[in-house]
Amino acid sequence: MQNRKEQQRNLALKDTNAGIVETHSHLRYPYRLNFYDKPPLEDITIEEFETAALDRLRVLAEIESCFARNRTFKEMQTVILENVCSKYLELNRTSNELKPLDDERRKDHIGHFVLRLAFCRSEDLRRRFVKAETTLFKLRYETEDSLERAKFLGSRNFDWILASPEEVQELVPSTSSEKPGNYYKVKWTRVPDLVEKRRVLMKRGMAYVPAAEQASIVFQEFQAHLEKALEATAKALPRLDEDTRLVPILDNLSKGFQAGVSSEWSGATEGPDGALRADMIDEMAYKHFPACMRNLHMCLRRDKHLKHFGRLQYGLFLKILGLSIEEALAFWRKSFSSIQDDKFNKEYRYNIRHSYGLEGKRANYAAKSCQQILMSDEPGPGDSHGCPYRHFSADNLQSALLTMYGEHGLSSADMPEIMNMVKAKHYHVACTRVFEITHARQGVKKGEGVGGGESVTHPNQYAARSRELAKKMEEGKEADGDVVMQG
Amino acid sequence: MAVPDAEPTTPDIMLAFYRRLYPFKSIFTWLNHEHAPTKLFTHREFAFTLQGDVYLRYNSFSNADELKKQVCTLNPTRFEIGPVYSARPRDKKTVRPAAFSPQLRELVFDIDMTDYDSIRTCCSGADICKRCWTFISAAVRVLDRALRDQFGYKHLLWVYSGRRGIHLWISDREALELTDEQRRALVGWLTVIQGGKEMHKKVNVRMGLKPLPPSIASAYKMLLPVFHDLILEDQDCFASEEGWQALLHLIPDKDIVRSLEDKWEDDPKRSSEDKWQDVEDEIERKKGKGSAILNAAKEDIVLQYTYPRLDAEVSKHRNHLLKAPFCIHPKTGRVCVPVDPRTIDKFDPARVPTVSQLLNELDKLALPQAGESAEHHADWERTSLKPYVEMLDKHVMGLMEETRKSKQKMDLSW
Repeated sequence: MQNRKEQQRNLALKDTNAGIVETHSHLRYPYRLNFYDKPPLEDITIEEFETAALDRLRVLAEIESCFARNRTFKEMQTVILENVCSKYLELNRTSNELKPLDDERRKDHIGHFVLRLAFCRSEDLRRRFVKAETTLFKLRYETEDSLERAKFLGSRNFDWILASPEEVQELVPSTSSEKPGNYYKVKWTRVPDLVEKRRVLMKRGMAYVPAAEQASIVFQEFQAHLEKALEATAKALPRLDEDTRLVPILDNLSKGFQAGVSSEWSGATEGPDGALRADMIDEMAYKHFPACMRNLHMCLRRDKHLKHFGRLQYGLFLKILGLSIEEALAFWRKSFSSIQDDKFNKEYRYNIRHSYGLEGKRANYAAKSCQQILMSDEPGPGDSHGCPYRHFSADNLQSALLTMYGEHGLSSADMPEIMNMVKAKHYHVACTRVFEITHARQGVKKGEGVGGGESVTHPNQYAARSRELAKKMEEGKEADGDVVMQG
Repeated sequence: MAVPDAEPTTPDIMLAFYRRLYPFKSIFTWLNHEHAPTKLFTHREFAFTLQGDVYLRYNSFSNADELKKQVCTLNPTRFEIGPVYSARPRDKKTVRPAAFSPQLRELVFDIDMTDYDSIRTCCSGADICKRCWTFISAAVRVLDRALRDQFGYKHLLWVYSGRRGIHLWISDREALELTDEQRRALVGWLTVIQGGKEMHKKVNVRMGLKPLPPSIASAYKMLLPVFHDLILEDQDCFASEEGWQALLHLIPDKDIVRSLEDKWEDDPKRSSEDKWQDVEDEIERKKGKGSAILNAAKEDIVLQYTYPRLDAEVSKHRNHLLKAPFCIHPKTGRVCVPVDPRTIDKFDPARVPTVSQLLNELDKLALPQAGESAEHHADWERTSLKPYVEMLDKHVMGLMEETRKSKQKMDLSW
């Protein structure tokens, strides 16, 4: 008796459950994928405006980086979706009910439209934006589960017609034993890449696309739609009725695309070998520093002096590297060996302490990221700061790189590849490649970058990773007892 | 026997030809698609090659008379037709570079006999004869069918290039509007023969062991008889050592290759037909998995020797300049006449009218009767050029009909 009641109750519950949300219609954004047809029509705070855009920009910059380094699609799926997106632009499947799906999707939506504003202004920026966004869409589309994907496709009119079985029979060779699957009929000009590779059947100007290639139509549509939208945005932009809040943010964003947006490096990192001392810097520069800092160090040793921006760039870098204020003062004092004590104390000591947040407004300055080094404070004659990949002439850059890194395995055979990246203005990619080559002995492979496939966005990142690898190698040696032979 | 070159054309001859015989009005309506001048003509680039190889670009005209006047003034050895630009080409210097770009252009193809030099045995270089013309006629039939069936194009004009090749101009509206990317894709679809001199196997169109894609399979059906008649019989491509060595490179079975090599070295006079039979016998003998690969290789060989060899660069870019129909080829004196693809097998390059022949015909005609004003532009009607101009006019009628119909539709659909 009781069992039956329980059974009935269970059945009743099941029924109500069946009524509940198969379609998750309580979500404002029912699908993970978005075609970005409609702009967000709500009030957004300035912080949201900026954060959504910045985070998305990190992802897009990383995608561009992957292209510059010739990664395969599969590799990009890992790097972008698993590493980068999970940090900055998480976008979970609808089945993952515990996550704040609407918030994630809203951020994705807002970020895309803000970046449209930032990148519509020049043809070059538009082209790069479209390429990166289409790739992001492709990556997400391919990893989406097929039921959700089908629902998403159903939500939008793609204007394709399902070919009738008679049509298909006429076209598909009858020799194949398996039943031909579904074919979608579209004008061939909508799928030129499929036509070029003969992945469709053609009849009277219509391409018959097998279901397996359906994705290609979707991607073409996405790209074409975005290109048109950007052109329209560019035309409408001058009429943007706003105060001075948004334009600076937009300007900053389009600059950020060039350098790759960096993660925060504002706290001093404790080096793996304990406290960093002034007398360790020479060796450390030789072993672990990126070209910009190596150059500054060499100029400092050569001239026994550095000008203001050089001191700033190098000093903050050393701070984050782990140099304490006492060691820093000692370092600079010894480096400026030709000047007298009282002059040093009068002219330099205060500024060094200031940069450590011990004077004045006590601001703890972060070390400059690659973007900042590239973009702000252009070096003039007599300056040694900046980014060598950008600010050196091609000849000087090559000889400098070979001088600095020749003993680490960088040879003139590597130069053409590096110089190509420099010519294409992918400075951080060139720097990353140099990192890979000079750390090949520690097992770094091409494409690995500074760990997990990421490219250099901050000089301290370069140095920290280099030190980490050296430490690992040391530990490897100790554990074995013998010297570990690296391939 | 190679087609003999006519006497070299002199500037006087060219001028007389342009004044009295060149069908400017027909060419105008062919490009313009209707009687009243539109941007299709007024914004169209013409490039002139003058005596002494002077090259003049970015010329444009308001109507057929202006074009004729300039051609007669300049007396070029040839002139070429380019795309329709966003502004009149003659105004190019006054327009911002960003505002001057190609908008529309016929879809064009160029098949040149020299691309077949590695496989034709009767002629080489600039020579051409009725025998090796068969390569071209096979190519024309395959492409004509493919473009009509698969792409749905209707307005195709095939034009003899004057010496050793053939051009195709497609004037369908959709074809005119194709972007460079789309043209590239279309060429990719049609291209089967790829690879330079150093590449032995030039046909790579399957995915693994799958059968030929349907579009190529239908071309194969058309080309198999051509292979037997032209390659094996007429050209005897595998008679020479070089010829049959090339064939052996395409057979993916070392044992078969070795046994054939031995057999053919011993019997150098063996005909291509017999040699091909040998190949087929060897493949028959091999049963099991190997035979599928070998049959596929056999099909690929047929394609490699007969499938159309296109000059992809000509078709891919909208701004490519291509010689105008009815020009005179300076080295042969022959007129670049339209060719009917349905009767292309009967086409003989040696019987194409030359300019001297045409002018002779005009001279022989009775002098105009008293009172009859000489209608100079219609003189072609009284020469051997007549059927060719009529071919163009018929083609143009089709285009104008199409334009009229689509205008009617637009008028009604408000």
